[in-house]
Amino acid sequence: VIKSKHLLAAAGLVLSSGLVLAADALGAAQKQPLNMTAIAMFFVFVASTLGITYWAASRTKSTADFYTAGGGITGFQNGLAIAGDYMSAATLLGLSAMTFAKGLDGFIYAISFFVGWPVILFLMAERLRNLGKFTFADIASYRLDQSQIRTFAAIGSLTVVCFYLIVQMVGAGQLIKLLFGLDYPVAVGVVGVLMVVYVTFGGMIATTWVQIIKAVLMLFGGTALLFLALGQFGFSLETMASKAVAVHKDGLKIMGPGSLMADPITAVSLSMGLVFGTAGLPHIMMRFFTVPNAKEARKSVFVASGCIGYFFMVVCVLGLAAITIVGTNPEFFEGGNTAGKLLGGGNMPVMHLAKALGGNLFLGFMSAVAFATILAVVSGLALAGASAIAHDLYARVIRKGTATEAEEMRVSRLATLALGVVAVVLGIMFEKQNVAFLVGLTFGIAASANFPVLILSMYWKGLTTRGALLGGLAGLVSAVTFVILSKAVWVVVLGNEAPIFPYEQPALFSMPLAFFFTWLFSVTDKSARAGREIAAYDDQYVRSQTGIGAAAASAH
Amino acid sequence: MSSHLYQKVRANPRFAELAGKRSRFALLLSAIVLMSYYAMMMLVAFAPEALRTPIAEGATLTIGVPIGAAIIIGSWLLTGWFVSRANGEFDQINAELIREASK
Repeated sequence: VIKSKHLLAAAGLVLSSGLVLAADALGAAQKQPLNMTAIAMFFVFVASTLGITYWAASRTKSTADFYTAGGGITGFQNGLAIAGDYMSAATLLGLSAMTFAKGLDGFIYAISFFVGWPVILFLMAERLRNLGKFTFADIASYRLDQSQIRTFAAIGSLTVVCFYLIVQMVGAGQLIKLLFGLDYPVAVGVVGVLMVVYVTFGGMIATTWVQIIKAVLMLFGGTALLFLALGQFGFSLETMASKAVAVHKDGLKIMGPGSLMADPITAVSLSMGLVFGTAGLPHIMMRFFTVPNAKEARKSVFVASGCIGYFFMVVCVLGLAAITIVGTNPEFFEGGNTAGKLLGGGNMPVMHLAKALGGNLFLGFMSAVAFATILAVVSGLALAGASAIAHDLYARVIRKGTATEAEEMRVSRLATLALGVVAVVLGIMFEKQNVAFLVGLTFGIAASANFPVLILSMYWKGLTTRGALLGGLAGLVSAVTFVILSKAVWVVVLGNEAPIFPYEQPALFSMPLAFFFTWLFSVTDKSARAGREIAAYDDQYVRSQTGIGAAAASAH
Repeated sequence: MSSHLYQKVRANPRFAELAGKRSRFALLLSAIVLMSYYAMMMLVAFAPEALRTPIAEGATLTIGVPIGAAIIIGSWLLTGWFVSRANGEFDQINAELIREASK
């Protein structure tokens, strides 16, 4: 039970910015005194990103500009933006905190969050780019029933976007309260307003640049901290490790796998949810439509996975360094007791490390980076949600393709505004709630409802509308049911004695269900429509392989 | 885009060659990445002692550290290999296919 609690907290804290703050330290995230350095640095970031938004607004004329920056982002830029989207504040705080507390287990987690990327490149990047235009529903509905599949895909996207937004908002509120000393509702409101401004005015162009700037700041900050930390140990990882082992309460044990991964089913289910859930996140998939062709799409994954892999390794070394530098310094503990609780909660080792090695200035810089990170992630989510509403539901399903560009743009901006309001309201409502279950739900739905439909529509000729709908529904319902019956909801939220479903991440069970029912209801579908859909695969296959007929970059 | 063009491309034997080569390569690399990752996870679950072996006599660092780093760095290098082949060799066949089909 203890183990699964840790696993849940760990998954939560890494998956979502500052989630842990909500999960492990509700109430422990006390308001800190106003941190002026951090606020000043944050203002510099906000001012420059608003400048970029102003510039981007003048270039955002068509729906293609709004959703995908007109396909005019280079592979390298997109790679940085993907990294910016994926390296959340939680990877910085959560992975380092895990290494700080558990040693090698933190590193094993980091690897689990990384390995999905090479697979996305090998199996998906090219086909995503060649078949899609604005949203992943474009691909899923390419040869299937437009209205039905688009509606299903849009609902899948919106569910993931809304849950993930709540998680981000709650995490953001707690984190900002802690780092900047702002009130929780103020923090959530600031994040919501900035998100709406970036997206409604600057669309994908502004969002991309916010993500790029943030990725560069994060890589720079992490690397600077790495050098400062290594300098304390004569640039020897061995010295760092031996000193850490000498002072850590678990001693030499931290250099091997610990309790976190002891249960293989939990570990495999979690890793499946992470790997395939990542490949089913609408805001991540959307990034593949911002580049001009498959060539650039591939390059962008190469750049992104290089940045992500490098950063994860850096963050784990920082966690190891913090064991000695932060873990033995009474200044960073409540009441000066190094056996007690860390100031600000269990997620703070890397922030304390920044203060110990670079003083208040560096702490302010890292805090501003963490805030910027949240903004970059929520902006991407808002844009993905707006595209599902305006492009899929409004333009394609309701108006059946008769909406003008101007009408669709207006709806997408209104949708962004609505998502901003929803995010702020839910963020405030969920302040005192334990939102850890939303992480399991988000990745469970992405892996079990979005991913199977998407991958089968690209790879399996026999897929029909009926199979995709019923199979996707099976994945959606089973993922939601398993999460409700798991400890995070059944015990923690609903107050029952013991969970009915013993694991946190449903993917190992709900994904096979989705695939099985998709297969079953496709092969038994003998309708004329199914026949046409299967026949249409051959042309789709040629386009997915060659890019002939793929949406091209708009001229700027 | 006309179905006729797609049919022409599909009829070209080089299309099957391209699709086959690239898919096999992509599947091979995916298998390498996923198998090395899940092999490590199996060690973690069933033989954690193996990963606690020190990297050298008297060292504190265990082989878990270089193995983990090797998975990250190795699979990143594989992405580089895939990109260079796909953007070079495969895209060249692709360009020829499109040229021949639009004649």
